[in-house]
Amino acid sequence: MENNEIVKISGLVKRFPIGGGHFTALDGIDLTFGTGEFSGLVGPSGSGKTTMLNIIGSLDCPSEGTAVVLGNSVGELSHKKAAKLRKESLGFIFQTYNLLPVYTVFENVEFPLLLLDMSAAERKQAVLDALVWVGLTDKVKSRPAQLSGGECQRVAIARAMVKKPQLVLADEPTANLDAANSHNILQTMVRLNEELKTTFIFATHDDKVIKYLKRKISLEDGKVVKDEQK
Amino acid sequence: MTAFKLAFRNLIGAGLRTWLNVGVLAFILILIIMHFGMLNGWNRQAVTDMIAWEIGGGQIWQENYDPYDPFTLEDSHAPIPNSMQGEIEKGNLAPVLITQATIYPEGRMQSILLKGINTVQQVSELPTADLAGDYTEIPAIIGTIMARNARLNVGDLVTVRWRDVDGTFDADEAVIVGIFKADVPAVTAGQMWIPIDRLREMTQMPGEATILIADQEYTWYGSEEGWVLRDHDFLLKEMRDMIRMKTIGGSFLYVILMLLAMLAVFDTQVLSIFRRQKEIGTYMAMGMTRSQIVRLFTVEGAMHSILAVVLGAIPGIPFLIWLSNKGWAMPVDSEGFGMAIAERIYPAYSVGLVLTVMLIIVITTTIVSFLPSRKISKMNPTEAIKGKLQ
Repeated sequence: MENNEIVKISGLVKRFPIGGGHFTALDGIDLTFGTGEFSGLVGPSGSGKTTMLNIIGSLDCPSEGTAVVLGNSVGELSHKKAAKLRKESLGFIFQTYNLLPVYTVFENVEFPLLLLDMSAAERKQAVLDALVWVGLTDKVKSRPAQLSGGECQRVAIARAMVKKPQLVLADEPTANLDAANSHNILQTMVRLNEELKTTFIFATHDDKVIKYLKRKISLEDGKVVKDEQK
Repeated sequence: MTAFKLAFRNLIGAGLRTWLNVGVLAFILILIIMHFGMLNGWNRQAVTDMIAWEIGGGQIWQENYDPYDPFTLEDSHAPIPNSMQGEIEKGNLAPVLITQATIYPEGRMQSILLKGINTVQQVSELPTADLAGDYTEIPAIIGTIMARNARLNVGDLVTVRWRDVDGTFDADEAVIVGIFKADVPAVTAGQMWIPIDRLREMTQMPGEATILIADQEYTWYGSEEGWVLRDHDFLLKEMRDMIRMKTIGGSFLYVILMLLAMLAVFDTQVLSIFRRQKEIGTYMAMGMTRSQIVRLFTVEGAMHSILAVVLGAIPGIPFLIWLSNKGWAMPVDSEGFGMAIAERIYPAYSVGLVLTVMLIIVITTTIVSFLPSRKISKMNPTEAIKGKLQ
């Protein structure tokens, strides 16, 4: 792995059993992502974007081939090691925000830091910094049910970024948002990418997101059909 | 520590569902402590009363004496050995002579035990001093149960018939000189206490006794042929067995109550795991291992019981203290229960009792919470993140 390579995917195949047979979601993918990239996997539904994101995020394993993330071969990681990789180095942003409903904004953002056993003072500072990045310092005590969709997604971004991970995986982050909120969210992520040099990989078919991408990887039927740099 | 912190947040966040479970558990906790406290209190009170009224520091029985076999009474008397006479004079032993008799209150016939006791004895709370004095009739004291059953009052005369040592029947009038209230049926039910000298005279058993009651502070180390020492372990065994049976019987009720509460906790856990799949997926994505999530859900369930202990203490401690001061009034019928039981039982709670009950509830809730949580370890994270039922 070269120094700036953060993800290296070789001959990646992912099959899912369906009935008596199987469905091939990813079919021989070879890709590399470097540090600080702002890339997107683009394609229609069923093209394999989310599956690839799940494998990079060590939430799923390849059927064939390898996916090496930050030096860890995903297929060979134990549950514990995969969890450690996610805990220390990866951030996730989901289409439906996946905020913990009974927690306040502060507690939601604080959650990843609790898993890292940081001290209360360090946690507090890091959470407040993250909330400044996403402009939600006035919503510290609100619960997700009291926030708009855009605000929820900003909380999710703060939660993904609070531990300053090397790689953030965002699955359709704007799918539930209106245009104004989408742009707001994307501008925030672009800024964080530039300021913190965090690598972002998106899975999207939203044109609003695609406009912001510095690298667009088009998938169709589980295969890379185009890989464009801006 | 993180699991506790997160579990606490989740529980508080779950709102009414949590408080309903906690409320039920707290209620059961208080109820169980109260019940066992009552049994402890009864035990303690019964032992104190039996020692004070009936058994003193122990009894020395004539070897044929069997309180459960009235036919042995004819042969269960013997002259008091010389070695015990000194202790009787010192007040360390009180001889009691027992014989069967019949009384005829208001023309009815009633079998009783006629017990002769030293009028100056101090080993029992029995008001035997009332028996002292010159009476033409046989002076007698009886307990409230006997007085009620035979409809006798102080000053009433009642005919008593008995048999002497040779089996010859004789009869005389007895006068009730005192009625005493005791919580020990063995001294009140179907018994008439008269001066021992009078009974010896009536039965022609001079210097004889059936049993000797030792003073509470006195231990008889002697050994006399024909006499057997019965200590507290022996004399209290029946009452303790009875309380033990009551404890076991009562436990069944609490096992059922606990099962219902545990069902509620189990149900809450199952529902939680199904409803919170997306949350579980999110935990996994953020780096929690499956075993950590299982632990989180188990702690969450177990914390119901910890909250129940904390919240139960708020009404429970003042209530249980109030009850231990005020006591629990027993129904009037309990007098004829056949065991030493007071009109009012004052519960006694030991630290061991409270800790044991709390520990049982916490451990049971933890196990019940763990069982459904194991399902998490088989969940597929990518499906869980989407909230898909698995």
